[in-house]
Amino acid sequence: MDYERLGLKMGLEIHQQLNTNKKLFCPCECNLTDKKPELKILRNLRPTQSELGKIDRAAFEESLRKLQFLYESYDHHTCLVEADEEPPHPLNQEALEISLILASLLNMKVVDEFHTMRKQVIDGSNTGGFQRTGLVATEGYLETDYGKVTIDNLCLEEDAARRIGQKKGKTVFRLDRLGIPLLEITTDPSIRHPEQVKEVAYQLGQILRSTKVKRGLGTIRQDLNISIRKGARVEIKGVQDLDLMPKMVEREVERQINLLEIRDELQKRDADVEDHLFNVEDIFEETESKIISKAISKKGTVLALKLRGFKGLIGKEIQPGRRFGTELAGYAKKMGLSGIFHTDELPAYGISSDEVDSVLKFLGAAENDSFILVADKEEKARNALIEVQRRAKTALYEVPEETRKVLEDGSTEYLRPLPTASRMYVETDIPAIDIPREYLEKIESNLPELPEEKKTRIIREYGLSHDLALQLVRMDKVDDFEKLQSKYKVDPTTIASTLAYIIKEIRREGFNVDFDLNQFGETFELVERGQIPVAAIPTVLRSVAEHGYSPEIAAKKEGLEKLSEQEVEDIVDEIILENSNMVEERGIGAMGPLMGKAMQKLQGKADGKLVNKLLKEKLQKLV
Amino acid sequence: MSYRGACEQFLESYDVSIGDTIMITKKDVKYRGMLLDRAGDIDNRHLVLKLDNGYNVGVDITDARVELVEKGEKPKIELPSLDMEEDPKKRDISIISTGGTVASIIDYKTGAVHPAFTADDLLRANPELMQEANVKGEAILNILSENMKPEYWVKAARSIADEINQGAYGVVLAHGTDTMHYTAAALSFILDTPVPVVLTGAQRSSDRPSSDAFLNLMASVTAAKSDLAEVTVCMHGTMNDSYSYLHRGTKVRKMHTSRRDTFRSINTQPLAQIQNGRMEILDKTAWYRERSENEVNLQDSLEPDVAFIKSYPGIGPEILDYHVDKGFKGIVVEGTGLGHCPEELIPSLERATDSGIPLVMTSQCLYGRVNMNVYSTGRKLLSAGMIPALDMLPETAYVKLIWTLGQTDKLEEVKKIMQTNLKGEIQEKTSQKYFLI
Repeated sequence: MDYERLGLKMGLEIHQQLNTNKKLFCPCECNLTDKKPELKILRNLRPTQSELGKIDRAAFEESLRKLQFLYESYDHHTCLVEADEEPPHPLNQEALEISLILASLLNMKVVDEFHTMRKQVIDGSNTGGFQRTGLVATEGYLETDYGKVTIDNLCLEEDAARRIGQKKGKTVFRLDRLGIPLLEITTDPSIRHPEQVKEVAYQLGQILRSTKVKRGLGTIRQDLNISIRKGARVEIKGVQDLDLMPKMVEREVERQINLLEIRDELQKRDADVEDHLFNVEDIFEETESKIISKAISKKGTVLALKLRGFKGLIGKEIQPGRRFGTELAGYAKKMGLSGIFHTDELPAYGISSDEVDSVLKFLGAAENDSFILVADKEEKARNALIEVQRRAKTALYEVPEETRKVLEDGSTEYLRPLPTASRMYVETDIPAIDIPREYLEKIESNLPELPEEKKTRIIREYGLSHDLALQLVRMDKVDDFEKLQSKYKVDPTTIASTLAYIIKEIRREGFNVDFDLNQFGETFELVERGQIPVAAIPTVLRSVAEHGYSPEIAAKKEGLEKLSEQEVEDIVDEIILENSNMVEERGIGAMGPLMGKAMQKLQGKADGKLVNKLLKEKLQKLV
Repeated sequence: MSYRGACEQFLESYDVSIGDTIMITKKDVKYRGMLLDRAGDIDNRHLVLKLDNGYNVGVDITDARVELVEKGEKPKIELPSLDMEEDPKKRDISIISTGGTVASIIDYKTGAVHPAFTADDLLRANPELMQEANVKGEAILNILSENMKPEYWVKAARSIADEINQGAYGVVLAHGTDTMHYTAAALSFILDTPVPVVLTGAQRSSDRPSSDAFLNLMASVTAAKSDLAEVTVCMHGTMNDSYSYLHRGTKVRKMHTSRRDTFRSINTQPLAQIQNGRMEILDKTAWYRERSENEVNLQDSLEPDVAFIKSYPGIGPEILDYHVDKGFKGIVVEGTGLGHCPEELIPSLERATDSGIPLVMTSQCLYGRVNMNVYSTGRKLLSAGMIPALDMLPETAYVKLIWTLGQTDKLEEVKKIMQTNLKGEIQEKTSQKYFLI
């Protein structure tokens, strides 16, 4: 695709959990738990009315669903702050400091005074009905192969509660994640190429990893803002896999192009969406459709929406395997419906062609007209169909701005409307925090080394191979490496490959252990003192992992301790004697095979160099 | 405008004021946004700007330049008028507001939270109330409840009486939670009411979507429509948004600084539980005053010069002497244990009694009953004139003494009234169930 011609514009928003000792506004630990909750708290949220009479659009839609929420809490793992039963404690200074380090690494301008805000979120993921957040820095940048990308904002905020599931119409959240410090990094929408998005995400990830952030699944979340010139801004949530990004961009561009084609065709046909919703319950009294008959039997109803001139377009594919009808269904699903029926896929699902014809006739439908059916309790069905109607009307003139969720194959589905801007007000329970410039200067002069810099440096300083250095950086083992390297007179490559490769190997064998620095230290001390040869390191560590021995005991138990030079010499003599025939026949040419035999006998208890030297001397004497 | 000093001069020099959209340029950064007022704190270095993305930032004015982008308009506060047609099938309930966090409105443009003191605002924020009753509202005060005074109890009582006289089927009083139990006790003694008078409030301010105000108001309206014609407090029963408890106004106390279920009945059970518009009496054997056609009776003469003194290890007699010398008309002591204070205070207590000042002993244990016959100190305090307040809460005893001294100044009479149960404040029997519930 010619992205430049299409006017593709993208912006990235990254959320990264920090690895602080405490949460942002309370002293609870920043770890999730699988323990059984000790209490479940039932809550309702209500959107509040603003003085200007406006309720945030996204907030209002959530409120329509009239959801109640259950919060799983703990006696000690969480506290009253997460439960919205106690005001927030003062802002975690450690979290603020980490965000200032990041601001500096991203060449950003830090605000003079940090104000904590309440951002309205009434989907239940925050017990208060708002997320606490504050702007730390603005106007940063990042260099990429495709040019400079501006970093607009860096915000420090609290993570939301963890969605556990649904129980009797109530969404269940766990309070363990609520309040974990989270950094939000937003770029401006100047990213022009799918590969560039990937690069920006990768670089940001690398920079984040040089500071005290959490690692692992779910600790970093990436959202992508994307638009094409004639399309609309769409925010795609929950991108986990960086490699999927280019494909996702491609699919979204494809979707917008197809929606624009549908619009053009609709306009050509002078299509229209009728305002009236028709009750067609009577037509389905005897229906074979399980969904419809079930809805009717539960005192529900069947409603129809008439779409003039939509025929064939509802079934049009807009992303692989996803039709325009799927988009419309997404809106109904958000109102709690399991789905919709539309003419382009009927008769099907137990709905007969007679029934389809009756509905068409009832609606007075012409050749090119379509309809959409929903069946459920009256209020639910009506609210859902109103949403579908709203979406269908939008299709007549534009691609709607939406928040969408990424699917496994890179396609996306509707999540909610884009939040409107007017949904923030100040958190009155937290005083503004002055950020002195001297404090910033101190931070700037103590910045952590970025992963790329670190890699280049250790290659240069210690003569490590590129791959070894990369592994150490990725595994976050550079500090350990340097500590061990400075303490023991052991070849740096030996230390590095022990940390990078041997540990991986031992884990692969099924020993799920984390060695501490002392265990490595003791092992290298054995090498340094000449008690074990380098080749014995894997065996020692494996034994440490398997039996919990200290490295010294492990070396003894495994019989790995190096032999004295005299002992080695005796063994060499023994081997020459045993093979005197070969020595006579081949002379110095027996060196190779005898070396093999000697090493086999010594089983790693002597260094090859020594064996080689002794054998050579003795053979030369004999010959 | 709450900008002072350098900030104030700075703003004047650029002729910009709050609400204007401005661009602030500093050495290496620019901010564009609306100038906001500072939220009350003292600082003369930082301007607060609301950026276009909604965030507030504080910008140090040192080396900063300002350009006016657009003059701000005062946001017009034009709320839609309320469509309040009286429904003859619904009961008439009056809601009287005294201030506090029950109702407030956010201005998202500036992020300011305005307390909504008019009853209309309160109804606009909670329109569901109108489905429950013909709600009529009135704001009589605009104060935080820590600033409550005995004279305001009288003002509230008179407003309530007016509403009842004008035909209210029940009255809800919206009140800050800090001193709600004092007001509840005061209204209990001042009013003989033929209809329910229900106090309610919120622990989470109503600008939050999670506010407890809505449930508390709804439950209070349910209580106000019931037949329980007493002064009560209606608040969350648990941390859940599920049911509320109705507490007798003389037997209730705020017991937690922040939880929604902060109000607890002490030395008794809650009177009723309210959920989804239904009220259930919890102890079917408990006596309560039922709705009647009687006239509302107001006994609103008070004597506010009553001291409320807590006993503690090391307390000296001079505190008592001070109050006697200052001419206080009564003293309530929050004693230790069964109702004690150091023996050292006895001469001063005797002096107070001799000056005709009634002394009332309550217990800082809160739970249980004062009994001054068990230890010798208690007996000595009794002979010094101390009146045991039985199982009355210290706060209730304090309020009751204020009321009693408004009715009589005869010491014997005061003692008799203080020890007579008038509004459920004294119960003869202590059940094993009445502890930490």
